[in-house]
Amino acid sequence: MTVLSKTTRRDFLKLAAAAGGGLVLGFHWESVNAASIQVIDEASLLAGDINFNSYLSISPDNVITIFSPNPELGQNIKTSFPMIVAEELDADWSKVKVVQAPLDTKKYERQLTGGSGAIPHSWERLRKAGATARQMLLEAAAKKLNISTTSLTVNNGIVNHAESGKSFSYGELATDASAIAVPTDVKLKDKKDFKLIGTAVKNVDNQQMITGKPLYGLDFYREGMLFAMIQRPFAYGTKIKSVDSAAAKAMPGIVDVVQFRNNVAVVGKSTWAVLKARKVVKIEYEPEGSASLESSSDHDKFFKDLLESKDTVVKRKDGDVETAFAKAAKIIKREYQCPFLPHNPMEPMNFFAHVRTDGVELVGPTQTPDFARNEVAKLLSIAPDKITLELTRLGGGFGRRLKADYVVEAAELSSIIKAPVKVIWTREDDMTGGSYRPAVRYRFEAALDAGNNLIGYKLRGVGINSGNPTREDNFPSGAVDNLLIDSVEYKSPITTGAWRAPITNFLAYAEQAFLDEVATSANQDPIQFRLSLLEKAKKTPTGAIKYDVDRMKAVIELAAEKSQWGKKKNISQGFSVYFSHRSYVAQVAEIEIKNSKPSLQKIIVAADCGIVVNLSGAHQQIRGGVVDGLGHAMFSSLSFKEGVPEQKNFNTYRLIRLKEVPEIDVHFVNNGIDPTGLGEPALPPTGGAVANALFKATGKRLYNQPFITQAGLEGVTLGVKG
Amino acid sequence: MAHYKLQINGHFYETDVEQDTPLLWVLRDHLGLVGTKYGCGIAQCGACTVHLNSAAVRSCSLPISAVGTKSVVTIEGLSEKGDHPLQAAWNEVDVAQCGYCQAGQIMTAAALLKKNPKPTSEQVDAALNGNICRCGTYHRIREAVLLASTKS
Repeated sequence: MTVLSKTTRRDFLKLAAAAGGGLVLGFHWESVNAASIQVIDEASLLAGDINFNSYLSISPDNVITIFSPNPELGQNIKTSFPMIVAEELDADWSKVKVVQAPLDTKKYERQLTGGSGAIPHSWERLRKAGATARQMLLEAAAKKLNISTTSLTVNNGIVNHAESGKSFSYGELATDASAIAVPTDVKLKDKKDFKLIGTAVKNVDNQQMITGKPLYGLDFYREGMLFAMIQRPFAYGTKIKSVDSAAAKAMPGIVDVVQFRNNVAVVGKSTWAVLKARKVVKIEYEPEGSASLESSSDHDKFFKDLLESKDTVVKRKDGDVETAFAKAAKIIKREYQCPFLPHNPMEPMNFFAHVRTDGVELVGPTQTPDFARNEVAKLLSIAPDKITLELTRLGGGFGRRLKADYVVEAAELSSIIKAPVKVIWTREDDMTGGSYRPAVRYRFEAALDAGNNLIGYKLRGVGINSGNPTREDNFPSGAVDNLLIDSVEYKSPITTGAWRAPITNFLAYAEQAFLDEVATSANQDPIQFRLSLLEKAKKTPTGAIKYDVDRMKAVIELAAEKSQWGKKKNISQGFSVYFSHRSYVAQVAEIEIKNSKPSLQKIIVAADCGIVVNLSGAHQQIRGGVVDGLGHAMFSSLSFKEGVPEQKNFNTYRLIRLKEVPEIDVHFVNNGIDPTGLGEPALPPTGGAVANALFKATGKRLYNQPFITQAGLEGVTLGVKG
Repeated sequence: MAHYKLQINGHFYETDVEQDTPLLWVLRDHLGLVGTKYGCGIAQCGACTVHLNSAAVRSCSLPISAVGTKSVVTIEGLSEKGDHPLQAAWNEVDVAQCGYCQAGQIMTAAALLKKNPKPTSEQVDAALNGNICRCGTYHRIREAVLLASTKS
């Protein structure tokens, strides 16, 4: 199995057709409404006017090529999608080539990476594409032998006819198969017959990544290309008053310094020339309109005010919550707060743009190529089909590259300087450039009756540019008779955006830490407490239930079993469970006392993402998600002083490191349900499991992130060596 | 601007750059060796790690004028066929997610194994603690280094 990465669509089409003959099927990876699968002939392939976003090609020399249109940022889609096609095709995986597609066709749907949705959206279509090709190849063989397809078997890309002892490789059948009418009612495999799906398959790009091949946006270079960095306002809420760029323009290697909107772009012939020159550009800023220059201490005050606001938006209301609280025997009321977070993908933002009179060329890393192209088309007032976008591998995304700001900016600069240019963000630009995980504060209230039953539940979410931060239909909604969930939003000049597992990346922690405290107050085991609520949601639901009670129960029970919940001596266990992005994940964090200090040793994870496609990729999505959730809950915070982010690079902004990762033990429910997504769901439960374990070990409840700055946590260590 | 003759991956390269240009940008912008990555520019993340006379250094903070006649090895030159025991182990363990930091991880690990061919797990952690992996592939990084140490 080999991989071609940076291929233009034309190159791919040539490649698919080059073998002369063979079978090429055009199909859509994700579109539900698009044209169904078609055989594509060589002439129309080369003409390049076909509206499919993927192709499956089988050449006469038995090479199988699968065209991968989705952005790859480490979620391993470039490996797992072709696996699904190859499974139904019964192909020999070692003969499969995966080719990354550029964005170039007109009818894309969902060529994006975000929301853990790629596999759930595409599962059926991918299977159907593989099964269709298989059926056509079988029919070609049957025709050759003048027999029925039912007397044929397939093993690893070889069609066998037992009776005659004849066999054909797919390559030998490919040209004949292209003349067969495309079947419309192919039978998909019984899931128990999967051979490739559910196994551990290595990333198709491994060899390229570990030998340093140019895969990423920053690796893109072109003869005559200019380099640029852009100074954006240092403080949110300010705009440019004056620019003095004379000294910068006089520096060696500098081509120009241009101002557009609130940006000052330094353009030159090398990264270093630009980096040095931008330091001598003198820019004065002034407040933008009536915007205030906010500090983190202001945000703390806004949150306090907003929690008392009368002007809330009610998100869910069941029963009569006020009466329930009025007659409660016990009320527990707690607040939880998180800071802004930058995404910090290891490859900072960057994009190449060349705006010419006859069209626009864009090259770089984006999670949303279609959206980025349309935004550039809007900016330049041209038709989107005048723009080509070549997708590189992404050095991480975490939601940041869902936005198109850095693509549009590169295109605008290229249109001003009339030259091909790569805009590079330094780490400082990336960390201070906005689109953050919003800072949010939650107030939870629980009412228990004399029998310690949860009779009332309130959640108010207040956030800064957070949209709706409450996910009001999640557990425990449906399990409590009287419930009120509302939210208030504060509009700030600080920009925010989706950050891996948007909203739930913190809400899950707050909720799961709160439920743990409620269970303790009710003198119930935290797991039993949740199971009882689920039982109630199942038997006597209140309002709509939008999570699957049985699936949630199953991960809870699996985590309890695998962690030997409550049975381990000298280990403090903390539990958490969360439903997000269609999947269910329960976690148990374990803390031991080492050298008289609490140390996080292990996190046991039970996940239900439906069928696991690639076991290797899936394991890593879980571990990576847990490490992400743990690291940010423990260490990370972006604070502001008068509109300026106070952390600018990894010397002051702390990310988790190798020594600090605990053992992570992963278990899948594997219930045969169609895949439900895994890029995000392992992250949300981690903070809660860890906080709840820390409570057991120290008696100290945590209400704010990052944990490391909270009183009482001095001396806590992470990692197996802690 | 000054003229430099550099010994990189067993070959000689010549280039004219400003004396304070970090080795990282000479490699990437001037010599086309883009396997060495930019991550932070202040020697905090390890993505730019290369070998200077066999020792791991952060190329983002090493001015070209300080390289002199020392030999430089980048990820492109770690092995001829991409089959250094660490590269083989990285594939075997299927370490990479986005993959951006991995060249730096491998170069740091290679310098460790050269000095200490049979490191303990703790020594691996200590040597690679300066390399950030934002995807969180840390478990597999540790596993791959230990696997490679059994084969070199």
